[in-house]
Amino acid sequence: MAGAPPLDGRIQHLLRELSPQVLGAVVRRYRDFAASEDAVQEALIAAVTHWPGEGLPDNPRAWLIRVAGRRMTDHVRAETARRHREQIVVSLVPPEEQLAIAAVDGDERDDTLDLLFMCCHPTLSPSSAIALTLRSVGGLTTAEIARAFLVPEATMAQRISRAKQTIKASGVPFEVPTAEQRAARLGAVNHVLYLIFNEGYTASSGPELHRTDLSGEALRLARLLHRLIPDDGEVAGLLALMLLTDARRAARTGPAGELIPLDEQDRSRWDRDAIGEGVALLTATLPRGAVGPYQLQAAVAAVHDEAASAAETDWPQILALYGLLQRISDNPMVTLNHAIAVAMVEGPAAGLERLDALARDPRLAGHHRLDAVRAHLLERAGDRDGAIAFFQRAAERTASTAERNYLITRAARLRDAAG
Amino acid sequence: MKYMLMMNTPTGGPYQIAQWPQQDIKAHIAFMMSFARQLGESGELVGAEGLAGPDQAKVVRAGKDGTPITDGVFPESKEFLAGYWIVDVDSPERAYQIAAQASAAPGPGGAPLNLPIEVRQVMSGPPADSF
Repeated sequence: MAGAPPLDGRIQHLLRELSPQVLGAVVRRYRDFAASEDAVQEALIAAVTHWPGEGLPDNPRAWLIRVAGRRMTDHVRAETARRHREQIVVSLVPPEEQLAIAAVDGDERDDTLDLLFMCCHPTLSPSSAIALTLRSVGGLTTAEIARAFLVPEATMAQRISRAKQTIKASGVPFEVPTAEQRAARLGAVNHVLYLIFNEGYTASSGPELHRTDLSGEALRLARLLHRLIPDDGEVAGLLALMLLTDARRAARTGPAGELIPLDEQDRSRWDRDAIGEGVALLTATLPRGAVGPYQLQAAVAAVHDEAASAAETDWPQILALYGLLQRISDNPMVTLNHAIAVAMVEGPAAGLERLDALARDPRLAGHHRLDAVRAHLLERAGDRDGAIAFFQRAAERTASTAERNYLITRAARLRDAAG
Repeated sequence: MKYMLMMNTPTGGPYQIAQWPQQDIKAHIAFMMSFARQLGESGELVGAEGLAGPDQAKVVRAGKDGTPITDGVFPESKEFLAGYWIVDVDSPERAYQIAAQASAAPGPGGAPLNLPIEVRQVMSGPPADSF
């Protein structure tokens, strides 16, 4: 019978979902992040060992917190004993009372959100925050994270351990941010999830264009965040953006792994369910008021996804959306996309004019995207030699193998057509 | 034993892939991808990286107070490193064999490029004690 999945699979799934909640609860109680993480790892191993034979406990979350709590008690006891030996100071509080906090309360509060706030704390560098989030909230092993980022496991282990030290040294409190802090802290969490998604989607280095496990993980975390804060427009916008972008993944590469641009993709291969979910999220969120950059980018993605063909794309609407986005974010990439929309609505000459202005922005000068966009617009304008030259210049400047291959092929296609 | 196989491409030499017809570019890319896959499957690939073009490369030296002094890479450079593979093989002969495969990557018209591949042994740890 194809009914319930096998117990082992269900346990794996459940443990991944519970591990950040359990870690959050233990860190909240004991403060010591590194020791809490070790204790939770041991509890997870105990679950994998006991549950398949004995069946799931009535309350798996409480079971895990209890086991991790016991490990922490041992740890605290050992630490206390060590300090006693070292300092020969006897605490006035008897050890039994010190350990009383270890008792498991019936609190069913989900600490995952506070854990996310801590892992994405602004004192951490983006790469540290990403690694720590994937480890502590995503429940990935260090080896899995290392593989996803194409670095040796020892390197990733060191990155995670340094991130924990930074948290410890800076005394980042594990607590619910105040109302004033909340918006900024949530912005940092959104940004980290967005970086994880992008890393998986565009693979900034290496031969593979997609590292699906990273985008899948970012999507899972964004869903989790949206479930925890369903009324936040930007969280919903971020999840919608990921869904609407990821929906095109299968169509984005050809059989040999080559990059296929949006206007040449086989739209029948787009994931309609993901598009439907993303559009529904946006539709529910947009009318609610303050619109942020993730919602606007998701809206652009939705316009593309809903066009039956590239020619039917509603470019005036995209132009309007990029206009709004430009007003709230000073990002030259947004301005570059705005220039593309201008070209699609008013013709390539108008787009090229915008590029001339953009080329003076030092943040974009010499960037391969500027050359690539110019090449595309020159091609549309019928300047074949100009387009070939800029495709080649962009190819020399990109650090993505897949993109370089796409750009030199594009130049070769124009040369071949010239005969 | 580990070897590093370096693909040095002479400026203005045969490896001006961006100037080839589309079909030849595609064949070359397909060859390189299947070559990497084969090495991975045989369990001999330790690592491989392609390097971005020399266009934006810099040569760096420490200045008086240790601050970096950067210099452009000069366009008259005779050749540059395009990429490398590190393989873990049983014999130097096997490393040469792999290098020869890489060297024969198809160029214009599908003819083998016969690019020079520099093969260097990677230094290892100390040998086991012997008595």
